[in-house]
Amino acid sequence: MLCGHQEAGADATVVGSNVRRLRAPDRKGQYAKLGGKVSVSISNSAIATDRTPAIPARKVKILSRRRRKIQDALIAYSFIAPNFIGFAVFTLGPILFAFVLAFMHWDGSNAITFAGLDNFWRLFEDKAFISAFWNTVIYTVVSVPATLACALGLAILLNQKIFGRDFFRTAMFFPYVASLVAVAVVWNMIFNPEMGPVNMILYTLGVDPKDMPGWAADRHWAMVTVILFGIWKNMGYYMVIYLAGLQGINSELYEAADLDGANSWQKFLYVTVPQLGPTTFFVTVMLTIQSFKVFDQIYMITQGGPGTSTLVLVYHIYNEAFISWDLGYSSMVALVLFFLVLAVTIVQFRRQRED
Amino acid sequence: MASISLKKLNKTYGALTVVHDIDLEIADKEFIILVGPSGCGKSTTLRMIAGLEEISGGELKIGGDLMNEVPSKDRDIAMVFQNYALYPHMTVYKNMAFGLHLRKAPRDVIDKQVQDAARVLDITHLLNRKPKALSGGQRQRVALGRAMVRNPAVFLLDEPLSNLDAKLRGTMRAEITKLHKRLDATFIYVTHDQVEAMTMADRIVVMKDGHIQQVDTPQNLYDRPINMFVAGFIGAPQMNMLPSVIHRRDDRFFAVFDGRELPLPAHFDKSRIAPYEGRELVLGIRPENFHELPPGDIPLENLAPFKAVVELAEPMGSEVHLNMVAGGRSLIARVSPRFRAGLGDEVKLVADVTNVQLFDTETERSILY
Repeated sequence: MLCGHQEAGADATVVGSNVRRLRAPDRKGQYAKLGGKVSVSISNSAIATDRTPAIPARKVKILSRRRRKIQDALIAYSFIAPNFIGFAVFTLGPILFAFVLAFMHWDGSNAITFAGLDNFWRLFEDKAFISAFWNTVIYTVVSVPATLACALGLAILLNQKIFGRDFFRTAMFFPYVASLVAVAVVWNMIFNPEMGPVNMILYTLGVDPKDMPGWAADRHWAMVTVILFGIWKNMGYYMVIYLAGLQGINSELYEAADLDGANSWQKFLYVTVPQLGPTTFFVTVMLTIQSFKVFDQIYMITQGGPGTSTLVLVYHIYNEAFISWDLGYSSMVALVLFFLVLAVTIVQFRRQRED
Repeated sequence: MASISLKKLNKTYGALTVVHDIDLEIADKEFIILVGPSGCGKSTTLRMIAGLEEISGGELKIGGDLMNEVPSKDRDIAMVFQNYALYPHMTVYKNMAFGLHLRKAPRDVIDKQVQDAARVLDITHLLNRKPKALSGGQRQRVALGRAMVRNPAVFLLDEPLSNLDAKLRGTMRAEITKLHKRLDATFIYVTHDQVEAMTMADRIVVMKDGHIQQVDTPQNLYDRPINMFVAGFIGAPQMNMLPSVIHRRDDRFFAVFDGRELPLPAHFDKSRIAPYEGRELVLGIRPENFHELPPGDIPLENLAPFKAVVELAEPMGSEVHLNMVAGGRSLIARVSPRFRAGLGDEVKLVADVTNVQLFDTETERSILY
């Protein structure tokens, strides 16, 4: 008996710390829960003694397959939650808000008023928007293939067994990881129309000072300067991706092409290019999206000028939102950019699937 | 006309020599097979002939012309790769036509060649498919077809059947042999599979560690191996190697292995055996030279009783491989499936010594050849 009492006491503490377990419907005995304190009265010590081992076993059985599935899902969601909350608060929410804002008038301090399609119709009258749109298209159409070609060319060169290969690979990758602000300052100095080394070299090569490009200060050359900067800054990153692609090509294919009589150019055309297809697709999509969103290098080099010669869509959004404080209209421009990127990406994916 | 001649051909990577001064004459339209364990230099040799590896030293002549510095495409050769190396983005037709297309052959010529090759290989229905949609055997045929369309004087085949399953390998062996007869070209074929070598080759080149061990017809290699390596490599199950001591009684020599006396046949050159009298050498006897009953067509003087303990019997259907132990040595006998032997039984077999081999223990070279 003494032994039985001791066990009953031990059981009571276990039960007390796991209040939920007491609620199982088939439980016998009388339990009462009082604000975290549990008072237990046990009439029969035999019940208490067989309960101790029964609890864990029963807990496993109680969970049906469906409940276990739900529990697994809840665990998974709890791991996703921290990231998702951040995404919802800082990305998804603002995007949805911007969608709504595109159809509103708002200057950031006064009340938001409904604008209907006012902002949309304004796009067609806004000369800055129209030139920003075309500048973005020009930037993308020129810089995507140019960056791609430079990255592929570099990757092929630096995939060969040449002296100092690792050094050059690092050197080519460096602009991508370097601080944009810092390299843009250096870039501005190098391309300075009056004292920059580039124009000095051109001068020594015999270019007439009257025909000398003004680079960032010249409305005909500003876009060229910005595009050159973009290519130089990004090609190292895509070179690394192409290097990985090149190293994945089965060398037997080149040997087979050798025996078939292909020269270097034909091997490039008939083996390398098709084998790099998936890599090129990835690079093109990423570059296109990146080009549509270009902003920081333009902010650092030309501020969209001279005139509107390097004004691009994101720069226009920035101007309208934070210079003019016309948040509704700038959201409409952002919406246009969103659908532009979406449309181009969908077309690219469609074409990829057809191949 | 494409006889091939290798003179002191070698390949080195820095301090490492993988092919040592190989001399080999291959006749026009011959089917020659380079065989050996992995790392023996057979593939490297083939790749030097193909022009895919630079030749470190020596001479390579095809059709009498020095080829050391000639690029692959001008050597009048075609190659079938182990992993087929089909261009994945091209259809079967384009894969096969590619070489001719690069050589700017007229379209109707290309079409005729491709269709002809496809008909021979029975792949006409696959011409519009891409390699991804083909089975291993079909890819193998396409790879052969791609080699065929250019009508090269020399075909180089680098382990072409090693990625196929056993049954398909058997049929493809026969097909490649037929193809060789039909195409009237020189075939150089690399494999590690001695069965492929035995069944297909006019002559076999056995290689080991970058050296040629022996070059001969399959039957000669089997009957007269020049050293223990060739003897062990050619033939399955392997030749049994029994350390034995040579004794002389009257005019006859005997090899004594663990107290079992095996007479050496009368046709052996006694002057070659005499120096080994009283010394140990290695006696090689093939598994099929053990019989359960004395065969009627072998003279009695070439037969000797041989007792051994059975450890394992592997039934093959048409025969049984008995893994036995005698004198502390494992050996294998091929006997009829009617022969019943329990594990652990001591069985009495008859050894036919007509074709036994004798090897020097030190040099491992054959004493007889």
